[in-house]
Amino acid sequence: MSASFNGNGQGSFWVDGVSIAHVGPVSFAVDGGECIGVEGRSGSGKSLLLRALADLDPNTGEVVLDGESRSGMEAPLWRTRVGLLPAESRWWFETVEEHLQSCSALSDWLQRLGFEEDVVKWRVDRLSTGEKQRLSLARLLSRKPQALLLDEPTANLDATSSGWVESLISDYRTAFTVPVIWVGHDPQQLRRVASRVLTVEEGGLTGDCFGSTPTLQETTSGAPES
Amino acid sequence: MSILSLSPLDLAIASILILILALLSHLERLGIARTILWSAVRMAIQLMAIGVVLKALFEDLHPAWMIVMASIMLGVSGREVSKRQKQRFQKGWSYGIGTGSMFFSSFIVTAVAIFIVIQPDPWYTPQYLIPLLGMMLGNTMTAVSLGMDRLIQDVARDRMTVEARLLAGESWQQAITPYAQDAVRTGLIPTINSMAAAGLVSLPGMMTGQILGGNPPMLAVGYQILVMFMIAAGAGFGTIFSVKMASRRLFDERHRLRLDRLHKP
Repeated sequence: MSASFNGNGQGSFWVDGVSIAHVGPVSFAVDGGECIGVEGRSGSGKSLLLRALADLDPNTGEVVLDGESRSGMEAPLWRTRVGLLPAESRWWFETVEEHLQSCSALSDWLQRLGFEEDVVKWRVDRLSTGEKQRLSLARLLSRKPQALLLDEPTANLDATSSGWVESLISDYRTAFTVPVIWVGHDPQQLRRVASRVLTVEEGGLTGDCFGSTPTLQETTSGAPES
Repeated sequence: MSILSLSPLDLAIASILILILALLSHLERLGIARTILWSAVRMAIQLMAIGVVLKALFEDLHPAWMIVMASIMLGVSGREVSKRQKQRFQKGWSYGIGTGSMFFSSFIVTAVAIFIVIQPDPWYTPQYLIPLLGMMLGNTMTAVSLGMDRLIQDVARDRMTVEARLLAGESWQQAITPYAQDAVRTGLIPTINSMAAAGLVSLPGMMTGQILGGNPPMLAVGYQILVMFMIAAGAGFGTIFSVKMASRRLFDERHRLRLDRLHKP
């Protein structure tokens, strides 16, 4: 598959025939700046699908972000472009600061997530689960991902904190024309944050998988094959 | 100085101590009385067997026998390394990594000792080659198995943290580094401790054996220092090599943590 693609869909995210364990093959697309929701019962494979898109588990199929294919890119670079926010955050250094990349918008994001600026000096072991959840979003955004794969980003948060997270993700998405895939269990929230909602059931994906985004085949027709 | 030989009766009297220990374990319901007795019997049989083999080797001096003996020792120690892992790699990778690391470290270090330091004539004189290689393999085996076990246990337990580091754009080498460092340290602790305590807290087994066997203490000390250097180097090289190999095996070419390559615990 070609490493670069012509056509529409600046910043678009294409998933072409991705299979992992009992899920797939699935194909769908998310336009740059668009947010889609993914729902399904527990154990249906929603998180597994996000892990496959981030290339964290062995899987088949192709994923293309903004014209660049996953297979043509080193995995660590791909994972910085496609930012996956797992349902449970994990930390490995002593302080918050050591996990964050310096970024001009960081202090603003931290403030919008309900933190004082000195939170970066905090030790990770004094953070509550909810604080870790919110800070893990700031940690992810500080790496400037070009797509967001969010696995229940507000699962451990109260209504106010959830509102902060929803608002920040929405602003980041529109400011940087970033495609967002939001996995969640709350149908009301998914319909609030996403323009389309897909459902993982019986190993497949149902719903409007392409919306207004052209399919990968449509987009790549005429593009040179490598 | 004359050497006092041990009769079977002397050994039988010493074995009474083991019987008492087993009885005490039974009375205290520790559940290890049988294991103690079986280990003691197994140890006696193994040592008598090696005694017979060494006697035969001493009488029929040929390098081919040395190579056969060294290969058997290496194969058995590789199996021991694999057995001591709580979680092993599938498809014999634990055995392969363990045996490969011990071959790489023990054989090279023993070769240095034989060809450069001691220089016996001929080089395959079993009196030097077999005991030195045995001690190297025994100690390297402990270090390698401790290091590999620690690495795999820690990474399996911290799977989500390792994956969080990968998601942050780290390569597998960056994500595994703190775990690999801890694993190497763990593997080398017994060796470092035994070097630190040698002569102050404990008299090392080889030196004690030589002194009991009638050799002058300073000669025994000289050999013990040589052996300590060899063991430290061999255990260090073996542990570093095995932890590097095991670390590589834990990830694939797409920098994905592959715990599915381990047998289920």
